[in-house]
Amino acid sequence: MTTAAPAPAPVRETAPARSRSARRVPYRLLLPGILWLLLFFVAPLVYQASTSVQTGSLEDGFRVTWHFATYWDALSTYWPQFLRSIGYAAVATALCLLLGYPLAYLIAFRAGRWRTLLMVLVIAPFFTSFLIRTLAWKTILSDGGPVVGALDSLHVLGLTDALGVTEGHRLLATPLAVVCGLTYNFLPFMILPLYTSLERIDGRLHEAAGDLYAGPLTTFRRVTFPLSMPGVVAGTLLTFIPAAGDYINAELLGSPDQKMIGNVVQSQFLRVLDYPTAAALSFLLMAVILGMVTVYLRRAGTEDVV
Amino acid sequence: MTATAPSGPGGSGTDVRLAGISKRYGAFTAVHPLDLTVPAGSFFALLGASGCGKTTTLRMIAGLETPTTGSVVLAGRDVTALPPYKRPVNTVFQSYALFPHLDIHENVAFGLRRRGVKSVRKQVGEMLDLVQLGDLARRRPHELSGGQQQRVAVARALINHPQVLLLDEPLGALDLKLRRQMQLELKRIQTEVGITFVHVTHDQEEAMTMADTVAVMNAGRVEQLGAPADLYETPRTTFVANFLGTSNLITADVLDASGDDLVLRAADGKLALPAARCQVPARAGDKILVGIRPEKIALTHADDAETVPDGRNRVRGRISSASFIGVSTQYLVDAPVATGTAGLSVYAQNVERDPRLVPGAEVLLHWNPGHGFGLDAAQRIEAGTDVDLGEAPS
Amino acid sequence: MRAVARPFRRLRRHLVVIAGLGTLAYLLLPNVIVTVFSFNKPAGRFNYEWREFSTDAWTHPCDVAGLCGSLSLSLWIALWATLGATLLGTLAAFALARHRFRGRGAASGLFFLPMAMPEVVMAASMATLFLNTGVAFGFWTILIAHITFCLSFVVTAVKARVASMDPRLEQAAQDLYATPFQTFLRVTLPIAAPGIAAGALLSFALSFDDFVITNFNAGSTVTFPMYVWGAAQRGTPVQINVVGTAMFAVAVLCVLAGQLAGRRKNRRRGSRRS
Repeated sequence: MTTAAPAPAPVRETAPARSRSARRVPYRLLLPGILWLLLFFVAPLVYQASTSVQTGSLEDGFRVTWHFATYWDALSTYWPQFLRSIGYAAVATALCLLLGYPLAYLIAFRAGRWRTLLMVLVIAPFFTSFLIRTLAWKTILSDGGPVVGALDSLHVLGLTDALGVTEGHRLLATPLAVVCGLTYNFLPFMILPLYTSLERIDGRLHEAAGDLYAGPLTTFRRVTFPLSMPGVVAGTLLTFIPAAGDYINAELLGSPDQKMIGNVVQSQFLRVLDYPTAAALSFLLMAVILGMVTVYLRRAGTEDVV
Repeated sequence: MTATAPSGPGGSGTDVRLAGISKRYGAFTAVHPLDLTVPAGSFFALLGASGCGKTTTLRMIAGLETPTTGSVVLAGRDVTALPPYKRPVNTVFQSYALFPHLDIHENVAFGLRRRGVKSVRKQVGEMLDLVQLGDLARRRPHELSGGQQQRVAVARALINHPQVLLLDEPLGALDLKLRRQMQLELKRIQTEVGITFVHVTHDQEEAMTMADTVAVMNAGRVEQLGAPADLYETPRTTFVANFLGTSNLITADVLDASGDDLVLRAADGKLALPAARCQVPARAGDKILVGIRPEKIALTHADDAETVPDGRNRVRGRISSASFIGVSTQYLVDAPVATGTAGLSVYAQNVERDPRLVPGAEVLLHWNPGHGFGLDAAQRIEAGTDVDLGEAPS
Repeated sequence: MRAVARPFRRLRRHLVVIAGLGTLAYLLLPNVIVTVFSFNKPAGRFNYEWREFSTDAWTHPCDVAGLCGSLSLSLWIALWATLGATLLGTLAAFALARHRFRGRGAASGLFFLPMAMPEVVMAASMATLFLNTGVAFGFWTILIAHITFCLSFVVTAVKARVASMDPRLEQAAQDLYATPFQTFLRVTLPIAAPGIAAGALLSFALSFDDFVITNFNAGSTVTFPMYVWGAAQRGTPVQINVVGTAMFAVAVLCVLAGQLAGRRKNRRRGSRRS
């Protein structure tokens, strides 16, 4: 019979020594990456924060004067661009969800042996520079092009003109074109997380729901969609955040009337060289997005996405 | 006290000695200080429920877990400070841990290559033939069935000619039929190669089928160690009595302890038990538990009570349920002596079935007093009946 | 009644297929346009309207000043950014996925943050740093900026792969006489390789295609996206479409070739099994 040994052997010396060096391993692995981010991600933000409260001019140099009024001035001057950014991004995100969901669903459940090919076709456009692809929209939406012709003959453009999303029976240089470009550019960011979460759903759940008297629509509403929520949340975030900060689509497909906040930051920084205003706008944009994302995640109830 | 199991069939294996070995995780003690000797060439099973410390013990032998106290000695050599890759032991892991990026041949050759063996082809081929997987050498692990993967895991460990082979729930993921087949297979391999096997399992049947010696572990301690038949016939604790098979435990008062047989009173009847089969020193007036295995009890209809020979323990009862199993019928009998809630279990071979033995029938239960065993009454009577046999690593 | 209802029911059944393929068409339409217009011979400086078929641009891809130079610069930067980000990110991902240590949550958050930030904010802040510290804009500032934003993607990709790896595999290797170094080289690294490759591939694509961050940190250096941006203001040469089409074709061919090779391998295995 085995019982407790009367005098247990003393704790060996090697064990704690080995584990102490083992405890340092993760820090050593992390060190290069953390240092890099501190130098080139955190430090820039600190510099930017300091810049945002500086005053001065390019000739005389900038000095920290704790001039917080820059924030207020920036906001009161550029609030239309802020609102427009949020609005365009929200509409583009909704469109991405609306367009992306059927495709993700199709690939996950109905594609069969075409699944791989469809996935390739979703990802492949990534490999062509997005600027080139966005310029292609200029051709597609051009005034004499077939799209404008078709929509005009169907009197759709008259309707959209009346709604204020297009102007003068053309598509280019209108809000519709910018939103269309944003939707196009960030659609894959919606489809991929949606597909990932849909693909994990056991197909038998659909059969079980059907067996329990749920029609196709009820099955979707009560089973499929709730189970794909992580993908919906991740996809909307991955779409909304970059869309709200984007300035390419507004620049290439819009007119000065469709400028978003990204365009303002870009021109303040690179053309006007008003660094404090650019920095303040950056921080405001960041704050607005972080605030909205936090509220959204609270309401969506999933904190641990991506 | 140091536990020493009877020697196995012998062979090229090595004995394993654990001296005062223990493992604590913060405030939780997974294994209490433990002394254990596994004789060379034996098939040794560590049996217990999940969380009893059996896998931790195994991992300390493998070197995958550093003991808090104590030492591991292989063939007289203290290997406690050696990392796993310097120990002459190999492990068959739970769920096998086959390398998914290597084919079967390379999985099996892995250990040889790490030790600098140049030409492995012949050895690997022979080893795969031993486990009857010769034609699958170029497959990847995920292309194999569970039983095939298990055999690859065994081959991958055995090819290194370890002094000790450690098996961590190696059959846990297999279905019942395959499991039975692999039990015999492993036993065959062990007899063939003669290596010391230390086998961790939660399946008492598996342990009893395969092992020469079984150590029953409970809550970080070894409850009892011995040959399977000894453990089954003479359990020393209620845990072992209940965990290994089924036991009927009856609370009884000792009336007379002077003779070779103890005279006991349970409810309103008298029982006898050889004093040598009682695990506690019993004096008149003490309380003990009398245990009897269900298949050792015979069932006679109350009307035929006079046909029961003298010298057998007799208990009256009424059948509360009967389930027909095929080879046997399992009865549950309400009896005044049954202190447990469920009543007494009786397994009767279906040789000559008495049609009167149906639920509600008054019966007489009787058994040879020499088949009973006596246990300390100061233990939890249900110990070992309500354990978690889940697959979680213990 | 029934006969009328049937086509509608069939339409409803296939609604998701039709909608999905519609979205796919929306996604691919610009690539079709890019391809078609790579054979155009535009009248003016801008290649927005179809005039006549020509293969001039395909036969003389480098005839436009600066285009091929910017292309090779972009490839060069993408290569180094991939190497840097993959190295730093893989180390960090192993630490985050494999170890429990104080400050793990904070470190994890720091590596995630760059992905959750609008690009323009990161671009402006990095340019602010370089302006304030007097670093000259050019190759090095672009490279640093690219490594910084690729890092997060590598960490995410590798972390997911390493976290899903069974720790018993490494224990099994050690049990089979592999030293810690051999275990890493023979087991951990090969199993983590798909995650590392995915992170590297993503880094390469992101770096090669990045415009916003480069726009702020390039100074007068012109990468390929910068070239396209400039062209959009001054005039778009057809050669841009040639590059876009070629990249698309190469990517699709690579993926399809990989698929085909995988399928043939499987078939070979299958025939051996029978």
